[in-house]
Amino acid sequence: MSLIEVEDLSRTFVVRRRAGRVRRTTDVVHAVRDLSFDVERGEMVGYIGPNGAGKSTTIKMLTGILVPTGGRLSVAGIDPSRQRVDLTRRIGVVFGQRTTLWWDLPLRDSFDLLRRIYRVDPQRHRRNLDEFTELLDLGALLDTPVRQLSLGQRMRGDIAAALLHDPEILYLDEPTIGLDVVSKGRLREFLRRVNEERQVTLLLTTHDLQDIEQLCRRVMVIDHGSLVYDGSLAGLHARGESTRTLVVDLVDEAAPIEVPGARVTRVEGPRQWLSFPAGASAAPIVASVASGYDVADLSIQEPDIEDVIREIYSRR
Amino acid sequence: MLYVAVALRSFRRYSTYTAATLAGIFTNSVFGVIISFTYIAVWKENPTAGGYDVTDAVTFCWLAQAMIMTVAVWGGGTTDDVADRIRTGDIVIDLYRPVSFLGWYLAGDLGRSAYHLLTRGLAPTVVGALLFDLRFPDSPATYLLFLVSVALGVVVSFGIRMLVACTAFWLLDQTGVLSLAMVCAVFFSGLAVPLVLFPGWTRDLVLALPWAALVQTPIDLWLGHSTGVEAVAGLGLQATWAAVLLLGCGLVLRVADRRLVVQGG
Ligand SMILES: Nc1ncnc2c1ncn2[C@@H]1O[C@H](COP(=O)(O)OP(=O)(O)OP(=O)(O)O)[C@@H](O)[C@H]1O
Ligand SMILES: [Mg+2]
Repeated sequence: MSLIEVEDLSRTFVVRRRAGRVRRTTDVVHAVRDLSFDVERGEMVGYIGPNGAGKSTTIKMLTGILVPTGGRLSVAGIDPSRQRVDLTRRIGVVFGQRTTLWWDLPLRDSFDLLRRIYRVDPQRHRRNLDEFTELLDLGALLDTPVRQLSLGQRMRGDIAAALLHDPEILYLDEPTIGLDVVSKGRLREFLRRVNEERQVTLLLTTHDLQDIEQLCRRVMVIDHGSLVYDGSLAGLHARGESTRTLVVDLVDEAAPIEVPGARVTRVEGPRQWLSFPAGASAAPIVASVASGYDVADLSIQEPDIEDVIREIYSRR
Repeated sequence: MLYVAVALRSFRRYSTYTAATLAGIFTNSVFGVIISFTYIAVWKENPTAGGYDVTDAVTFCWLAQAMIMTVAVWGGGTTDDVADRIRTGDIVIDLYRPVSFLGWYLAGDLGRSAYHLLTRGLAPTVVGALLFDLRFPDSPATYLLFLVSVALGVVVSFGIRMLVACTAFWLLDQTGVLSLAMVCAVFFSGLAVPLVLFPGWTRDLVLALPWAALVQTPIDLWLGHSTGVEAVAGLGLQATWAAVLLLGCGLVLRVADRRLVVQGG
């Protein structure tokens, strides 16, 4: 049995709207439709999609704070909406836009209250707290009231808070939203460690594809409530029919290079750009170029995942 | 114990607003002086109005000032946080925790009221005692009964305020409800005028309403106007309202929770 099992999961919202002075119409919004996927223990899964695609709705159902209108789901063998309280002890959630910390209390006090809420053994709590304090560099912040923390500092606090009760699964809904590059990097490093050393299963939504590239071997793409891709990052590239680019610096200017499996897309003096399918190996192409031309230098540009995603979104 | 920790944290949190506390004590004292002179004038005309003598009346006025924040007669407690959190949607996080939502916020409110009792309660009473002739209980048992009654008053007040806060689940604009709640609290608690001054049957009615538990009931214990069986009945009525209101809150929260979870807010 997988840790997370989702089968034909659907969620509709009934939205009442004013249409004229008295008349009201009701619309049905299909936020999530017929979603199916499994997540195994220890996986790190990226969950992406454009605004309004249904990412947050999915996470809400996985945590039990929203009841599905169709389908079946089980998290750690538990039906989330039926046994929400049992589940809260086994999972951690970080909503990037909200905080589980108490605004008026120093960070340390929030952590202490959480320890009592989840009845974490004091020694275990101490050990976790020490570790997170060090890894997330929270030491200087522990005595600061949460309302005085910067966004990035608060996010670090929130992530520590979500992990203090040793959850098996951590859901992160846009954990890097609004963070600068350095903070994002540090956060990713921390998440990777948590996943590796504590075997915490991670599911994270994001609009920052670098989060995915640096963290997740598996990525799920949702659009208009339906899963449009579920697989490896590399597979996503292939699926998007994306291309890699071989940049060739010739010794002298020359006519466009002709080699099998690639074609020239741009020429600028002695430099030429050759494009070839991302799924194909670069080796034979590099070999033919090197054998047929006087090459000063070579480099390969990986496809930009953003282009790939954009293409998948726009194809629908 | 979790709830004790919550109450202590809440006590500490309110104690950081020192300037607001000092300003509040000043305001309560000024109002205490003004109302005292009004009551002195009224009781000069009618020395036994409502069964109080003038010392009772002036004492009532100062104790009522002391109660405003202690029992949070018209708001200002942790229920204000609840209303805010419902509006922002953060309430989901509270409802999601594996602890009693009501217990959590009630514990916080009791911690807050302990702080307000020691500051906004005690200080104006001392000021009043320095400026006027006030009546103090002569047995420690009376003080104890008074404190129990104040604590019950806080729970009743909490129940009312929580119900008012919960209307935010359904109403975008709470101003109407808030004004209504405030008027009821001011007039039916004894804060505006002692409830004993209400004429005829209206007096029995307002004394039976939950708001009487906030100001009138504890003060009557202090003044020695309700003793023995009457005192027990007073505390019993407070406890009953406290239980009824908390049950009501529990019910409303269940409905609100279902609405969030099933309808998606
Ligand atoms: N409570 C609700 N009532 C009505 N419609 C809702 C509700 N919650 C979500 N929706 C709708 O469901 C759809 C999916 O929303 P959701 O918040 O899951 O998107 P998302 O993928 O998280 O988007 P974003 O990247 O902007 O956060 C949207 O069309 C949204 O308007
Ligand atoms: Mg979202």
